[in-house]
Amino acid sequence: RAYVFGEDVKFGGVFRCTSGLADAFGTHRVFNTPLCEQGLVGFGIGLAAMGNRAIAEIQFADYIFPAFDQATAKFRYRSGNAFNCGGLTVRSPYGAVGHGGHYHSQSPEAFFCHVPGLKVVIPRNPSQAKGLLLASIRDPNPVIFFEPKWLYRLSVDEVPEGDYMLPLSNAEVIREGTDITLVAWGAQLAVMQQACAEAEKEGISCELIDLRTLIPWDKELVEASVNKTGKLIVSHEAPVTGGFGAEIAATIAERCFLRLEAPIARVCGLDTPFPLVFEPFYMPTANKVSTA
Amino acid sequence: MTRSTVGSLARRLFASQPRQAAAAQAPDAINVEIPVPFQLHLLQEGPARESVTSREELVKMYRDMFRIRRMEITADKLFKSQLVRGFCHLYDGQEAVTIGMEAALTYEDTVITAYRDHATFLGRGGTVHECFAELMGRSTGCARGKGGSMHLYKPSNNFYGGWGIVGTTGPLGAGLAFANKYEKKNNVAMAIYGDGAGNQGQLFEAKNMAGLWDLPLIFLVENNHYGMGTAEWRASKKTTFYDRVSYIPGIKVDGMDAFAVKEATRFAKEHCLSGKGPIVLEADTYRYHGHSMSDPGSTYRTRNEIQGVRQERDPIERIKKLMIKENVMREEEFKAVDKEIKQEVDDAAAKAKDDPNPGEEELFMNIYKNDSGLKTYGCDRNMVRVQLP
Repeated sequence: RAYVFGEDVKFGGVFRCTSGLADAFGTHRVFNTPLCEQGLVGFGIGLAAMGNRAIAEIQFADYIFPAFDQATAKFRYRSGNAFNCGGLTVRSPYGAVGHGGHYHSQSPEAFFCHVPGLKVVIPRNPSQAKGLLLASIRDPNPVIFFEPKWLYRLSVDEVPEGDYMLPLSNAEVIREGTDITLVAWGAQLAVMQQACAEAEKEGISCELIDLRTLIPWDKELVEASVNKTGKLIVSHEAPVTGGFGAEIAATIAERCFLRLEAPIARVCGLDTPFPLVFEPFYMPTANKVSTA
Repeated sequence: MTRSTVGSLARRLFASQPRQAAAAQAPDAINVEIPVPFQLHLLQEGPARESVTSREELVKMYRDMFRIRRMEITADKLFKSQLVRGFCHLYDGQEAVTIGMEAALTYEDTVITAYRDHATFLGRGGTVHECFAELMGRSTGCARGKGGSMHLYKPSNNFYGGWGIVGTTGPLGAGLAFANKYEKKNNVAMAIYGDGAGNQGQLFEAKNMAGLWDLPLIFLVENNHYGMGTAEWRASKKTTFYDRVSYIPGIKVDGMDAFAVKEATRFAKEHCLSGKGPIVLEADTYRYHGHSMSDPGSTYRTRNEIQGVRQERDPIERIKKLMIKENVMREEEFKAVDKEIKQEVDDAAAKAKDDPNPGEEELFMNIYKNDSGLKTYGCDRNMVRVQLP
């Protein structure tokens, strides 16, 4: 009782994510919707409310704003658990891709992180994506699954066959270190890996954490890491003001205040609408790793 | 009677008089028949089935359409050689819609369209150079290189762009029309969208507002039958758009016939300005290219279909045949004009290629008006990159 739908998913979608599914499962379960994001998400909520697993695809995260309105998260709360739409998973490519311009490159994860009741999940590579997506679909809460489109072509990985799930709300330490903690998600991790390698040459040992689930996020793991290193940098593509990095910085400041040796830094996108030509300037590159 | 009622009465009288009467007296008036009948919704009479034109107008229309065609083909090449980045949605095949519409409008009327806007920009008086420069992100582009292909604007000629999100032109057009009405301007607003957008909720909202407040708004649907890769019959329960709404009249027009579009637009403008409220025009047209440069355009339609339209209904060929038949221009003259325009377009591309990129400070400009004290940092928060007044 799972359904996949969205704009152009039947032939495989604009990024080939859903190719082969219509053949495998039939067009009554894998189908296209007309060009209406608001309708599409509402439709998904209805399906989910009846106990199905609705997997909606929004073609680019930038188009998600008309759908924003459909207050999916509050359904369980305001109906006192009479109804819920936990079976809804909204998948959407997001993030910069090198040439997208204003409307094909936005990172709207911060807007959704502000909604209690929703989960926001972002994988960093294919094997993670498989496990996290399966977990998201089966999770009994509505999940927004952002897929970094930069990685669609770039990321090559050995993906295990078979069914497996990766736990949500669990961050992962992907590189161990002792001098400074770095937190990021999605495509930004590749940039961070580069930065870590550079820092290593200067004798700075970096611990890199992939947050994986943005809300609810794994505060304990990050806290433990910062308690070890005493310094933190958060990095994301979205503009710095009001970005999700702010939430992480504030929480860790609360929890680790006495342990911190330097202010928490955020290396993020600039506070401008996503520029077409200026993309290289805008992106938080690996160049600045600050230590006290 | 007050002066204003006399004025409006006089205006209505003259407006309803067919221009045929005046123009027919001109010696070089050429009558063009419109073969495909207009389909009407909620209208007793439709636009005239005959358009009166002149040698000058025909030559201008041909030149403008051919220029658009060359520009789009050149844009294709520029994109493939990676000089144009981002997205690029080409208009070739649909030239008659914009040129026909502009023949009946003035630059005092406001036009707003979606992302397939290169031709609309040209129709509104933009130059090929400005367009190419914007596509390539140069500072000489019409949006200073900050907008790109989907965001072309020309405020001096009331062209409000250039919008990437599908369906936005409806409500925005309603706003433009309201402003015109409020300021008592004798002008219409034209909101252009495609068949793919036809199912967007916000269009119905806009239509309701326009109908409720009798806004002088023309909704123009450029129906090229495919919303990206989805044929209209697979996306819409009802595949016509001119009669979607039961309280707004509509006209369906052969969008490959520039004169049909011209007469329909003229009719629509008179309708709106006589206080009858909004109207919908559906132009039945076709695009040769795919949806954008990443779409070959042949996975969801057959090459036979595309070839067929090119052979039977191409708008430029059509006007050329007419001009030859009416002895406006000879074959050799066409060759000369084609060569001249090709050169003009190539020169514009070459010039745009050499134009400079916008300066670094442009990145932070125009976010707010006067950029109200915005301090923006580089990657290292300790280094203030720009502080704007």
